[in-house]
Amino acid sequence: MKLRKVTAASAVVLALALSATACGSNDKKDEGSSGGGGKIKVGIKFDQPGLGQKTPQGYTGFDIDVAKYVAKKLGYDEGQIEWKESKSGDRETMLQRGDVDFIAATYSINPEREKKVDFAGPYLLAHQDVLIRADDDSIKSPADLNSKKLCSVTGSTSAQNVRDKLAPKADLQNYPTYSACLGGLQNKQIDALTTDDSILAGYASQEQFKGKFKLGGFKMTNENYGIGVKKGSDLKDKINKALEEMVADGSWKKAVEANFGPANYKYEPAPKIGDIKS
Amino acid sequence: MSSVLYDAQGPRAKRRNVLYTVVFLLAVVAIGWWMFRTLSDKGQLDWEKWKPFFSGSEAWTTYILPGLWNTLIAAVLSVVIALPLGAVFGIARLSDHAWIRVPAGVIVEFFRAIPVLILMIFGVALFSQYTSVNSDDRPLYAVVTGLVLYNASVLAEIVRAGILALPKGQAEAAQAIGLRKTQTMTSILLPQAVTAMLPAIVSQLVVIVKDTALGGALLTFPDLLAAVGPMSSYYGANTIASFTIVALIFVLLNFALTSFASWLERRLRRSKRSTGAVLAAEDEEINPAAVGGGFGSGASA
Amino acid sequence: MPAGCAALPERRARGPPHAEAREIVFDFLQGYDLLGAFWVTVQLTLLSAAGSLVWGTVLAAMRVGPVPLMRGFANAYVNIVRNIPLTVVILFTSLGLFQTLSINLGGQRFETINFRLAVLGLVAYTAAFVCEAIRSGINTVPVGQAEAARALGLNFTQALTLVVLPQAFRSVVGPLTNVLIALTKNTTVAAAIGVAEAALLMKEMIENEAQLLLISAIFAFGFVCLTLPTGLILGWVGKKAAVKR
Repeated sequence: MKLRKVTAASAVVLALALSATACGSNDKKDEGSSGGGGKIKVGIKFDQPGLGQKTPQGYTGFDIDVAKYVAKKLGYDEGQIEWKESKSGDRETMLQRGDVDFIAATYSINPEREKKVDFAGPYLLAHQDVLIRADDDSIKSPADLNSKKLCSVTGSTSAQNVRDKLAPKADLQNYPTYSACLGGLQNKQIDALTTDDSILAGYASQEQFKGKFKLGGFKMTNENYGIGVKKGSDLKDKINKALEEMVADGSWKKAVEANFGPANYKYEPAPKIGDIKS
Repeated sequence: MSSVLYDAQGPRAKRRNVLYTVVFLLAVVAIGWWMFRTLSDKGQLDWEKWKPFFSGSEAWTTYILPGLWNTLIAAVLSVVIALPLGAVFGIARLSDHAWIRVPAGVIVEFFRAIPVLILMIFGVALFSQYTSVNSDDRPLYAVVTGLVLYNASVLAEIVRAGILALPKGQAEAAQAIGLRKTQTMTSILLPQAVTAMLPAIVSQLVVIVKDTALGGALLTFPDLLAAVGPMSSYYGANTIASFTIVALIFVLLNFALTSFASWLERRLRRSKRSTGAVLAAEDEEINPAAVGGGFGSGASA
Repeated sequence: MPAGCAALPERRARGPPHAEAREIVFDFLQGYDLLGAFWVTVQLTLLSAAGSLVWGTVLAAMRVGPVPLMRGFANAYVNIVRNIPLTVVILFTSLGLFQTLSINLGGQRFETINFRLAVLGLVAYTAAFVCEAIRSGINTVPVGQAEAARALGLNFTQALTLVVLPQAFRSVVGPLTNVLIALTKNTTVAAAIGVAEAALLMKEMIENEAQLLLISAIFAFGFVCLTLPTGLILGWVGKKAAVKR
């Protein structure tokens, strides 16, 4: 009787151990494939409609289209791209450690980041802006934000900008994702969601929010989206060339219209490579 | 016991109880109604927001199931690694040699005193600065590291309490027939203790499953809770709906584990030939045997 | 990381390792509000402990009381809350209660609102465990006590509050201590909604500074300082308070 129970117990432990080793071998396989050999690893965002969004049909957005074009020029077709999520706070580390080959994830070029990684591009000029309720007339300039409740994402430059320059007195809440701010914005618990206008436009145009939100149109900063590569990588020049071709052959225009058209986002014309607006 | 606290109810007590019931019911219904009204006013109950979960399997296969899979992997890996570690430390704390007993005790008490989240944050930085683990696996490694460090020390206490809860006669009889200390432990005490500990171990699994959510919310571990992010941004900010579904899955999963633990406990208690020592399947937070051993509340099972 | 590596040898040149570590700790104390963060942790703990003790006792009373509906409610509450991750509860207070149901608990700025929401979430979660502990304490009170109370003509509320609960509390100091220690550690989850407590500061410091081990040691030490004395003192109190039978 007792023996049976002990055997049962050890059976449970054994089963758990077996499933663990199964996972273990799984992990190893992953590592093997990421070691190289016909794949290119690209860091993107998973939760930004219009730029980089994980959908049941795959990944969509402008960043994705740019990354696909660049990868193609580098000699990789779509099947050879391995998409990885690169959250705002993780991007420099991922490049430095070689977890990804390049990153196209609303990655603004700034001097602090340039110390750690290299940037190709820029490939899009965006501006920090606010998303506010359509019927809210009290926010007419960035200074009006000082008395307002603002929402942004942990580790993003937008949050820092607000605190340092734009509206130091504003009440700022950080969430892990932008979509977490939208409910509060709609219910007047939050007055404004701040980040790049390119991202905000994507949210504003979603079916459920049509007519409920508007962009402030303040152009508070210039965000030069670049493609991040490891410091000193020879990919930089190749990607720059690819981006130039993308603009020249009209693919850039097509991608911009396909992704931002529905959102009614007034995008800036294609920036020149190396022309970083400060 | 509870029925001992009040008399069989007479007509007046019955009337009073009916009154209490009605008032309580009204209060609950009022709160529920208010929540329902507010949620539906804010459009949170719109079918649009809930549709993805009930029509078609897209939301499940793209976001929820991969997340759930990661949650389960992290939980199972943690238990499998923590169990032997915990057993070693639990037995070490019962050693006759102070040089084994004391360090083991210090280590166990140390890791039990520190929040899992702190251990996980440490793990993330550790793996990214000092190892070559790639970014896909790093959060998993960090979460598992945190969970193992913490739960191994909790399991060590469970093992210790399980062995201490055995009748003294078991060890004495073993000594009387000339078994050595190691033999007593491996062939007499441990087999009985393991049986007695099973319910407590299973409910520790609940604690582990719950703690994996920390990795999802704060450490970019793509678990079940983290699935809410991309999912709600794709389905038009249905944060409340996504969140509710995820919470429900957690409750069901853990409820199944809890029920299994108490079933196991009942079954082990019932069997006549058992020594009667079964560690209760209560949560770590209140089970003195599991947590309080070091603080003098005794290892009562 | 390269910046950090470059900084290290320079620091090393200045003196023996322990002096160097002391210097860095001093820098940290100036640059970061370490004590402030741990003070928030302590506040979260104490307020949530008080709240969950009250709410947990009420739940326990409902569970052993004569009204079936309340028994059912308390039962369901405990079983659901025990099986939800605390992280989910805390996030729900912010996303659900605050953002959707517009409950701001009288706070004007996010700092206050988030803090109060975190306390609310911790109370709601911890009360389930307090309830279980107290119920197990009630079960340790001999049946004769309750019977004697009834024989004296006390009703349910009187029997519970005058006779049974005072004895039950004395026997559950140990389990309640464990709940309190778990609560102290659980306050770190408030970082999920941006409450500026210890874990959030640790995350920020690790991102900005290079001394991973030292920073981790500081925070580990802080929590050991909070939890170990609690355990030792209340363990002693528990032994003193326990009803000798």
